[in-house]
Amino acid sequence: MAEKFDAIVVGAGPAGITAAYTLAEAGAQVVLIERGEQPGTKNTMGGVLYRKMMDDIIPGFWEQAPLERHVIDQQWWLLSEEAAFSIGHRNLGHDQPPYNAFTVLRAKFDKWYAQQAVKKGALLITETVVTELLKDKQGRVIGIRTDRPEGDLLADVVVVSEGANSLVLEASGLKPMPRSETMAVAVKEVIALPREVIENRFHVSGNQGVVIEAFGNATLGMTGNGFVYTNKDSLSVGVGAMISDFVRRRIHPHQLLEHFKQHPAIAPLVAGGEVKEYLAHMIPEGGYETMPPLYGDGFLVCGDAAGMVIAVHREGSNLAMTSGRLAAQTIVEAKRDRDFSAHSLSRYWEKLNQSYVLQDLRQYRRTTPTIERNPQILGIYPSLLNEVMGQFLTVDGVPKREKEKRLLRLVTRRRPVTGLIKDAWRMGRAML
Amino acid sequence: MNQRAQAATVAERAPLGAGATTVDSGLPQVDVQKKLFTVRYKADKESHLAIRDPQICLACKDKPCLYFCPAEVYKWEEERITIAFEGCLECGTCRIGCPSHNISWRYPRGTNGVQYKFG
Repeated sequence: MAEKFDAIVVGAGPAGITAAYTLAEAGAQVVLIERGEQPGTKNTMGGVLYRKMMDDIIPGFWEQAPLERHVIDQQWWLLSEEAAFSIGHRNLGHDQPPYNAFTVLRAKFDKWYAQQAVKKGALLITETVVTELLKDKQGRVIGIRTDRPEGDLLADVVVVSEGANSLVLEASGLKPMPRSETMAVAVKEVIALPREVIENRFHVSGNQGVVIEAFGNATLGMTGNGFVYTNKDSLSVGVGAMISDFVRRRIHPHQLLEHFKQHPAIAPLVAGGEVKEYLAHMIPEGGYETMPPLYGDGFLVCGDAAGMVIAVHREGSNLAMTSGRLAAQTIVEAKRDRDFSAHSLSRYWEKLNQSYVLQDLRQYRRTTPTIERNPQILGIYPSLLNEVMGQFLTVDGVPKREKEKRLLRLVTRRRPVTGLIKDAWRMGRAML
Repeated sequence: MNQRAQAATVAERAPLGAGATTVDSGLPQVDVQKKLFTVRYKADKESHLAIRDPQICLACKDKPCLYFCPAEVYKWEEERITIAFEGCLECGTCRIGCPSHNISWRYPRGTNGVQYKFG
């Protein structure tokens, strides 16, 4: 007879570790299953971890967690072929505890975080792949099957936090295979540079950090973006776009990454660096419309597996953590009531609804589809803006009134006024 | 013509199928093997990736798997797709991106496969 736990958590990422930590802290018997050698060895993200949601779980975690830098400066660069229009926000209010966000390297961070869950009493099983959910005759989820011999485990509830590549949910008929228009693939390099070089290039000192998101030419107009994040003695440099875009354009993701690194605005930042690691990962960007059922008899779904990503705000790991915490709280209540039915576990949905998680996912439900259906938004505007700025800032003796007329003509040739108004309306509708 | 427009035009005109593993799209040519050398792997003995029906690949005009895979696992050699599964980064892009869903995909067994040092 297989062992039975209060809860099984599938996957040791931000959602799963959080669920296991919160459950163990509440005294539940919880097992956390991870396919990697250690939590983190199979995990990656761009690298921004928001403070608030982690602080909700381990208050003051920044004093002990392996973090890279705290973010004091966020920048958005709109790239054309040879120019960049940038806006940024440097805030020294974010230079002190409790901070706003950190850059992290997930192999280090997840390993540490999972250790904290183990310290609370969670049982961590690594090197094990979960292949499917076990169901009873009534279709209720009662456990998991793994790739180990006699590898079935039983539990009152299974938390599915398997990540973007949601094979378990699909194998269990809980989610269709995602369409390539709803999934992005991102590639990244960790590029080593001496601390003082990073400090000089990004105008920071100590553990201050900068994050740059780049659009337009960064992805050759595809739906996605490039990024440069500062770590202690390395940069995380990457680029991602929808899989459907790569299919259509027939570009290698790594080729796009090299293109981005060679852009005249990016090249000086990465110059002389040594590539220490190359990574790839999918990001579920379909948003609210593509989310699977988040609960059912005996199971809950968290994080990337649930499609909890708000791409336009670069948010994912924070949603994952909050969903993991709320899932754990739901299970604690269900355990108290001895009721693990879908009805009982629907409290998870209510909690998510009351939190920013579902409210934000609902607000941004149209963002990615709108950008995809309107390739001009990332295809035309970044380069157009740079053209306008370039001409406007070139002092060449043309009277300003004449210059304004020329620029207006330039803009309306590339995008007629009706198109401009429509695009503004579309983006407003998609974001607000 | 600017580089972007040029890149798009060349990509649209690029030859399809046999032998074409890299489209000359005006983008920098990249040796992905150099990138994969930075990655630590524990090699599985058997492939966790497989083509379900080779006939489908033969009839597939675009063969997007030759492009979208960040590790260039898929190559078109002698009228069939070959799979260098040892270099797989386990992202799952091919599973989603294959227009015929003709790639059978599972994780490498146990702890085999990619082992990120930084993440």
